[in-house]
Amino acid sequence: MASLTETPLIETNGLTLHFGGLKAVDGVDFRLHAGEIHALIGPNGAGKTTFVSLLSGRRLPQAGTIALGKEDITRLPAHERVRKGIAYTFQITSVFPRLTVFDNVALAVQSLGPRDLAARTRAALARVGLEGLEAQEAQTLSYGHQRLLELAMGLALNPRLLILDEPTQGLAASEIDDFKTLVRSLVPATTVLLIEHNMDVVMDLATRITVLTFGRVLATGTPAEIRANASVQEAYLGA
Amino acid sequence: MTGAGLKIWTLHLALIAVLFSAQYWLSPYHATNLARIMVLAVFAMGYNLAFGYTGLLSLGHALLLAAGMYAAGLPAQLWGWSAGPAMIAGIAGGGLIAAVLGLLALRTAGVSFMIVTLMFAQAGYLTLLYFAPVTGGDDGFAVAATSRTLLGFDLSTDAPRFLAALTIFAVGLGVSLALVRSPFGRTMVAIRENEERSRMLGYNPFTVKLAALTISGLYAGAAGAAYAILFGYVGASFATIQYSILPMLYVLMGGAGTTLGPFLGALVMFVLIEAATGITTAHQFIVGAALVALILFAPKGILGTVRERWLRWLP
Amino acid sequence: MTAAVLALAASGLSLVFGVMRVVNVAHGAFYMLGAVLAWAVASFVPGPPALAFIAALILAPLLVGALAAATDGLVLKRLNYDPEATIVATIGLLYMIEQAILSLYGPNANPVQAPFEWRIQLPWFGYSGYKLFVILAACAVLLALWTFLTRTKAGLVMRATQVDSTTARAFGINTDRVYMGTFALGAGLAALAGVLIVPIQQAHYLMGGDPLLLSFIVVIIGGLGSLRGTLIAALVIGLSDGVISMFFTPTLAKILATLLVAMVLVFRPQGLFGARA
Repeated sequence: MASLTETPLIETNGLTLHFGGLKAVDGVDFRLHAGEIHALIGPNGAGKTTFVSLLSGRRLPQAGTIALGKEDITRLPAHERVRKGIAYTFQITSVFPRLTVFDNVALAVQSLGPRDLAARTRAALARVGLEGLEAQEAQTLSYGHQRLLELAMGLALNPRLLILDEPTQGLAASEIDDFKTLVRSLVPATTVLLIEHNMDVVMDLATRITVLTFGRVLATGTPAEIRANASVQEAYLGA
Repeated sequence: MTGAGLKIWTLHLALIAVLFSAQYWLSPYHATNLARIMVLAVFAMGYNLAFGYTGLLSLGHALLLAAGMYAAGLPAQLWGWSAGPAMIAGIAGGGLIAAVLGLLALRTAGVSFMIVTLMFAQAGYLTLLYFAPVTGGDDGFAVAATSRTLLGFDLSTDAPRFLAALTIFAVGLGVSLALVRSPFGRTMVAIRENEERSRMLGYNPFTVKLAALTISGLYAGAAGAAYAILFGYVGASFATIQYSILPMLYVLMGGAGTTLGPFLGALVMFVLIEAATGITTAHQFIVGAALVALILFAPKGILGTVRERWLRWLP
Repeated sequence: MTAAVLALAASGLSLVFGVMRVVNVAHGAFYMLGAVLAWAVASFVPGPPALAFIAALILAPLLVGALAAATDGLVLKRLNYDPEATIVATIGLLYMIEQAILSLYGPNANPVQAPFEWRIQLPWFGYSGYKLFVILAACAVLLALWTFLTRTKAGLVMRATQVDSTTARAFGINTDRVYMGTFALGAGLAALAGVLIVPIQQAHYLMGGDPLLLSFIVVIIGGLGSLRGTLIAALVIGLSDGVISMFFTPTLAKILATLLVAMVLVFRPQGLFGARA
């Protein structure tokens, strides 16, 4: 695990976004170190998705800062953050249903502007095991394959940080195993931030875990530390 | 080139070849009509790049057509420019106005975008009327014969005019096909399908849409300039709302998001109105009825339906 | 005077957009239909002009409303009220109505006699009694509309549909009927404005263009779908229209007004008087 003294990949300070009276994200200080698989857990409505929306730039915070390495990206538009290496895969599968599998991934590859577009696209597809399905329309894929396609699109962006929002939701047990193997193969080249409800996946994959409740950080630590944490048990795991 | 690519280019070249041969088997009257259809099809192809591929439903393309028409026609009228420079000025004029329009209108989307483009086009039309002493207003002006020659050919005569229209059409079609098959074409479609997802793949939707609209403006400008030079007339009536609706109608008819749809739509509408002329003079009624019928029963248009049912490889 | 008729026409457009999210490009055509129907009624109903006028006031909005209801059922509903598709469809409708009137009624402008002729003679100027009547009538209709929307059950149902049609449906509101009624009411208001204006302006098949543009301007400046904003904007614009025209040529005034509206929509989409939704 990376040393805590080096500059984190992502650092937020006092990050805040309220919707009317609802404190979705309320002064979150958060550090993400290069090369880790970091899980973000918490009860429904704890602000997990809102928090990663702030990281990815889909929403802008009302207060607080976000830094990528040493660079302040608090106000940077989402598409520029993607180009700086923050990739986001959607909670609800959001591939382009009427485009082919190839086109879906090629869109991600070409936004970086490389020369060997076709080769890189096929490589990203092969990495998630979707080779051979290039010419199919994405909407004809099974749900599990659509999730893999979504993942391939994220990987094709060649990200420094890959944010996965509930990636195993709706997957069969065997598919979850494949998914875990795949995520492990990404680090340390890519850092992974994972929102996940499946505690087995979290405890198995994560090197560190942050627990959010009511828009605030309740605890951060290794899986063992989180398991042993009394307030986490009370607020979340025990419930 | 892949097998599909070969098939696609062959189809498009075959169309050009058929159109080229048409001047030998069509009567001069119909050949002139075909030249007009090809010029209008260029306008519609530009509209299609914005609407069919990028999802920008503009109600203001008449402004871009008129921009090209006047950018070509006024220098010809005032300073005696010849066809070549006038044509280039027209294309540039269409692109420039489209870029300005886009910088403002693309801050909005959907219904607001439609109304804003409509309003700007209306303001453009009224401006042409306001400066009627120069623009000729609704009556317009005839382009002098000296400005209608290119490389020694008199573009006001049948054969050179037909060839010039065909050339512009062929270039427009080729560029359009290459564009939609390029990575940028893929990006345009992505913006149409899901803007937010495209943003999360690193694209700035605003710049993509601005580029698409500007390219669309280049097409509209080329069509306007070609109309001025080939048919010798420039007038503010080309800036009216009717000329914003026409390309939309052609594209809806032929198939939005298909490369050959705009031409097919223009051709079908022209033939439809021509055929109905014997029965009624109510052209506008046919246009209106066609719009309602298309949007209700065949929103994908002719080639869109053909592609869905039979020829999946159609671009 | 302009402001009153304008407010009436614009309120119909605003109502339709507010409740249904449909931009009715054929709104000006409904206005024109109202005027032409007023002429038709005046030509075919014998007796004093006042009687024919009252008949027109009742018949024209009803007929136009019925046409609108049919349009809603046959076209708009089938498009699931998709905003962009309905614009295309109403453009088609506008073309068909204009051409039909051109074919049936002809290209000429025809006058309709005012129901009464007297002038209010004040010491310093005279004022047409009919124009005063139009203002009062328009105000009365708008007041009635306001009361209808805020005080009656039907109005409540419409406002509920405007806020959230899915929930409204869950509470047993027949949104199909609400939409049809709203579209008919909006068209009826336009037709009523057309009837009221026709003794002052003549009935002509292209007369819908300017009011459509002005209605758009009013509705956008007032904030799309906000009836209160629409009324205020109609008043301001109706009054300022005259002011602007005094200083500029009508064409220049129109250019400025159109550009202003476009800019409002670009930079302040909630309108000048509305709060952000």
